[in-house]
Amino acid sequence: MTAVSQPLNPTAAATTRRPPRRFLHALDHWFLPGFTVVAIGYLLVPIVVMIIFSFNDYQGKFNFVWHGFTLQGWFHPFDWPGLPDAIKTSLFIAFLSTIGSTILGTFIGLALTRYSFKGRGAINGLIFLPMATPEIVMGSSLLTLFVNSGLQGGMLNGIVPKGVLFPLGFTTILIAHIMFNISYVVVTVKARIAGFDRRLEEAAMDLGADELTTFWKVTFPLIFPGVLAAALLAFSLSIDDFIITSFVSGTTNTFPIWAYSIIKNALPVQINVVGSMVFLGAVLIVGLSNIRQARGNRA
Amino acid sequence: MSEIDVRLVDVVKRFGDSNAVDHITLDVNDGEFFSLLGPSGCGKTTTLRMIGGFEQPTSGLIELQGQDVTWLPSYKRNVNTVFQSYALFPHLTIEENVAFGLRRRGVKDAEVKSRVTDMLRLVELPGFEKRKPNQISGGQAQRVALARALINRPAVLLLDEPLGALDLKLRKQMQVELKRIQREVGITFIYVTHDQEEAMTMSDRIAVMNRGKYEQLGNPESLYERPQTRFVAGFLGVSNLLAGTVDGTADGYALVKLADDTRLRIPAALADGNTQIEVGIRPEKVRMNTPTDAIPAAANQLDGTVTDVSYVGVSTQYIVDSKSGIPMTIYEQNIERTTNGSLYRQGDAVRLSWMPEHTFVVGSAPTTAPGD
Repeated sequence: MTAVSQPLNPTAAATTRRPPRRFLHALDHWFLPGFTVVAIGYLLVPIVVMIIFSFNDYQGKFNFVWHGFTLQGWFHPFDWPGLPDAIKTSLFIAFLSTIGSTILGTFIGLALTRYSFKGRGAINGLIFLPMATPEIVMGSSLLTLFVNSGLQGGMLNGIVPKGVLFPLGFTTILIAHIMFNISYVVVTVKARIAGFDRRLEEAAMDLGADELTTFWKVTFPLIFPGVLAAALLAFSLSIDDFIITSFVSGTTNTFPIWAYSIIKNALPVQINVVGSMVFLGAVLIVGLSNIRQARGNRA
Repeated sequence: MSEIDVRLVDVVKRFGDSNAVDHITLDVNDGEFFSLLGPSGCGKTTTLRMIGGFEQPTSGLIELQGQDVTWLPSYKRNVNTVFQSYALFPHLTIEENVAFGLRRRGVKDAEVKSRVTDMLRLVELPGFEKRKPNQISGGQAQRVALARALINRPAVLLLDEPLGALDLKLRKQMQVELKRIQREVGITFIYVTHDQEEAMTMSDRIAVMNRGKYEQLGNPESLYERPQTRFVAGFLGVSNLLAGTVDGTADGYALVKLADDTRLRIPAALADGNTQIEVGIRPEKVRMNTPTDAIPAAANQLDGTVTDVSYVGVSTQYIVDSKSGIPMTIYEQNIERTTNGSLYRQGDAVRLSWMPEHTFVVGSAPTTAPGD
């Protein structure tokens, strides 16, 4: 009789003494939200500062001290020697490397989840290597590779046609960006394909769709969100890259390379303006894709 | 009269070093409701997938209406499949799902539309055209999957445990529904299931599969009344199996001697020259008597003690420990004994009796010849 009324766990009786409710209440209502605000603030402060200083009516060469509000920077966002070209190059490379790496990465991702073949495990591991390798190592190694194809007596001299990999420039930047983007695309796409029901493809074939039709009518629409996410990631990685690009760019300037080269002599407001634009553009794209996804789920 | 729609000749499918399907030879007739019945891992789904073109046999031949399709991809075969998980395309509406096959064949818009409407009416889902698969219930999804397959008017429809995910009530309803639709469209159905009751309810013929082979093939009645193997006797319904030795004849019956020297009569033809056999008797064919009741002279008798009684409404199920040492299951319809309160109780001594004609005999190894 008494045994029934006893708690199952003998120590439970000791631990049932709760801390005062007041304290828990304060923890729930003040401490956790406060902590969250501080953590998010930590993340956002640099961005907020960048945006605020894009409206600075700065004096002299460096946009470091607040002198008053102006829209001059936003009216003339590209008004600095070399800036328009650098932005064009950056956008062009980001665009092309996104397309190239997304196509290659998607097919690698498909192959790695679809088929079991000798060395699949090894390739799965190798895919992570470019992500794990320090950028400075990849940059210097790519530089060595490219230079070797151009130099008289170099290792790759004569194998790759002259002018493709050497002298350094647009092509070498593009090749480097596609290369380091592929890993990120593969990983992102693979995550999406992992939840893919193969029977949907069997059903499509069963209903008379050949392999290609099945891919375009069933497989691709279903993995598209993953492919899109991978493409956005690739684009932002490419437009942002500095270290590898600085090794393989030769005399070509991308926006980060240009900004770094100019910053020793001046910090124009245009850097803040263009930086803000890239940020707002990214926010816009993410927002749109979220809305699209929410719609898709409801429909 | 009946033409052969699907023919499997000595089909083998190896996975690793085991045979998932082990030398199956099978003919399925035109317009037939044919079931592959067996426990999981018996090779029934693999057999179906080879007919559908999702797997290639390791060896053997698969013919569809006289054409060798062994190596044809599934999109070149005139068969359609209803998948166990339905496999509806989540990004398409119900209408687009059902129309998928017609679109691949380039059927004109107007015809597609009218055929989709007709088909949704056949499966009793009119007005569902614009919904998405995640907006319908499991039972409805099952009907859409059926409509999506049937709209192509295939020579053969393959169904892979299509009712497996439904609850019992819906299952029963869909069994009747499927049978009605099959009669209406007149298409050959090949149906895979592990549910013996489902197979018996719907099928014209059933192949009972075990370990990559089928042990017996026939209509539901012949499988139930005259199972030829131990496995079939146990998989379809409940059987009491009594091992014994054939020992002489009497009154035109063969006599089987059990371990305790009890002699049972079986029709002479069933003994078939074997000496060691197992005599089978279904639980509903055994009568329960008190040790003093009069029993017809021709009947087999076996004394025992009731060890378990379960009242299940329509009948009462008894477990009786027979004198020969084998527990016997008996079903007795609840007629007299429930009304006059004389159900047997645990510990009661009883005398079981049954007519020799109601017995069957199983060999311990499969004895089936191909075909019916």
